[in-house]
Amino acid sequence: MEKPITLAVKELRKVIGKREIIKELTFDLREGEVFGFLGPNGAGKTTTIRMLVGLIKPTSGTIEICGTNLKEDFQKALGNLGCIVENPELYPFLSGYNNLLHFARMLPNVGEERIKEVTELVGLTERIHDKVKTYSLGMRQRLGIAQALLGRPKVLILDEPTNGLDPSGIREMREFIRFLAEDEGLSVLVSSHLLSEIQLLCDRVAIIAKGLIIRTDTVERLLANREQVAWRLSPFEKGRDLLSSLTVIEETDNQTILTEFHEQKTPEWNRLLVEAGVSVLEMSRKMPVLEDLFLELTGGEAIE
Amino acid sequence: MNKLIQNEMMKLIAKKRLVVIALIIGVLVVLFTYAQYKDVQRERDKLGTNDWRTILQQQIVDTTNRLSSSRLSDEWRQELQISLQQKQYYLDHDINPAEPGAPTFIRIFLENAIDLFIPLMVMVIASDIVSSEHSIGTVKLLLTRPVRRWKVLMSKYISLCLAISLIIAIAGLLSFLISGLVFGYKGWNAPIITGFHVTGSGLNTSDVKLLDLWKFLMMDFGLVWFVAIVVGTLAFMLSVLIRSTAAGMGVMLAALISGAILNNMVSSWESAKYFFMVNLRLTDYMQGNPPPIEGMTLSFSMMVLFVWWAASLAISFLVFTKKDVF
Repeated sequence: MEKPITLAVKELRKVIGKREIIKELTFDLREGEVFGFLGPNGAGKTTTIRMLVGLIKPTSGTIEICGTNLKEDFQKALGNLGCIVENPELYPFLSGYNNLLHFARMLPNVGEERIKEVTELVGLTERIHDKVKTYSLGMRQRLGIAQALLGRPKVLILDEPTNGLDPSGIREMREFIRFLAEDEGLSVLVSSHLLSEIQLLCDRVAIIAKGLIIRTDTVERLLANREQVAWRLSPFEKGRDLLSSLTVIEETDNQTILTEFHEQKTPEWNRLLVEAGVSVLEMSRKMPVLEDLFLELTGGEAIE
Repeated sequence: MNKLIQNEMMKLIAKKRLVVIALIIGVLVVLFTYAQYKDVQRERDKLGTNDWRTILQQQIVDTTNRLSSSRLSDEWRQELQISLQQKQYYLDHDINPAEPGAPTFIRIFLENAIDLFIPLMVMVIASDIVSSEHSIGTVKLLLTRPVRRWKVLMSKYISLCLAISLIIAIAGLLSFLISGLVFGYKGWNAPIITGFHVTGSGLNTSDVKLLDLWKFLMMDFGLVWFVAIVVGTLAFMLSVLIRSTAAGMGVMLAALISGAILNNMVSSWESAKYFFMVNLRLTDYMQGNPPPIEGMTLSFSMMVLFVWWAASLAISFLVFTKKDVF
């Protein structure tokens, strides 16, 4: 059974001046899933996210958070949402605790206990009474998340959550986001221009370019069609000639041959190779990376 | 709403702006007190020491003599009588009119601070109350809470009004305490002449009366507060419209200074009286000083300021609630 939808976006458009920045975005988020929003810089990720959190008014289209239309009942809709838009910019001249207190006061029914709870959750208990200007970026990021979680949201929106973090910080953040989705049942929308990031973190991905969603699917399915097999053969030339007569091959630098992966055909090719006296030194299935897919879908637009 | 105001006050206090303002006021009041003290001393040297009573007595005798003359107009006679009453009070209560007590110092200070100094202090807070949220980036967090935007802005505005009131209270208190050290703390009931009307034909003194200084000061404080709120609201609007605090401050500063300059040269440009900045010297009306442009009165100036206040508040709220935040 499919889990309930927590965030529904329908035909969202934004026109600024004469430029159509966002052209009809439609997607859903379900409970407990991490949804990736992937696109190059300037694709419209941030604009979309700002519309979702109420900072920018959409030109047309609807946004529903837990069944409440954002336009019709702003307060109720945003009550179910926590977010960090771009960097977690908090008041540097206040302590971490006062920052949380500040935002808790803007939420209904959030008291000191909840502040303590989220502080522990993000592991900032020891430094919480220090001024935010003394925090490292990773700590600010965690305080930002604590702030987003204060109101016990059902939907969490994180814009570039790993931006500027060091590798261990990135891993920590990734694990934390997975924990929030899997154990706490939050829907998390993550935007990123880093493919590797999205691939490791998300259940489903929407690929966006020039204000349009090019494709939405689970990570596995997006990649499934493009699985490959890497062959290391001896003697190399003989094996290569034989394989190329069977299928399309691609040669790599280190004497490895890439072919497509096919449940029935691949073992068959293997048998034929062995029968022809070619030793198969290595045969490994290669999971493709989103990067290739992305380049393919966006027609080679620049991406990091 | 209370919680939102608490938030704003927390930020205001954490930024230590009020402390800085109190320090500035404190330092300047010390300076002004010293200047005033020097002035008094010079006056005393000129007149010879401590014979102000004799001089006052002489003046009273002179005035009484003039009053007995039959060729005086009624108006002139009335004014002389009031001035006589005032001098008599000084003599009876042993107050040297040239040597002010703390209350007189406060009055002089307020009258000179109303069009530039107090507005400047107000600006320090008002200019960045909204734009700083933009420059730190916290506006994104502030506006993604389940709180309507007008409430967020309203809490900021109320906090600003509280801060302005506090600034004026600090200015009053510091000038009282510091100047009192030098001039003494008495003189609250000293009479002061007020009630002038400037008309087309000149100064109309028919309503002139004596007022206790403390009552006069209450009115002065009210006017200063009103001006401060209007200037604060204008700076507040600029803070909403202009993201950069420095640019907003620059615009406001230019307007205030142009007001001080215009005051001296617009007497023939009549429509200039609708600018807010030439209407800031409200306390001058109490003293009977001629206004910069003919036809300006206390109620006229207050109306002009009120319209500017209402317009900037309306614009602030309209823009803040509608604007997309990038």
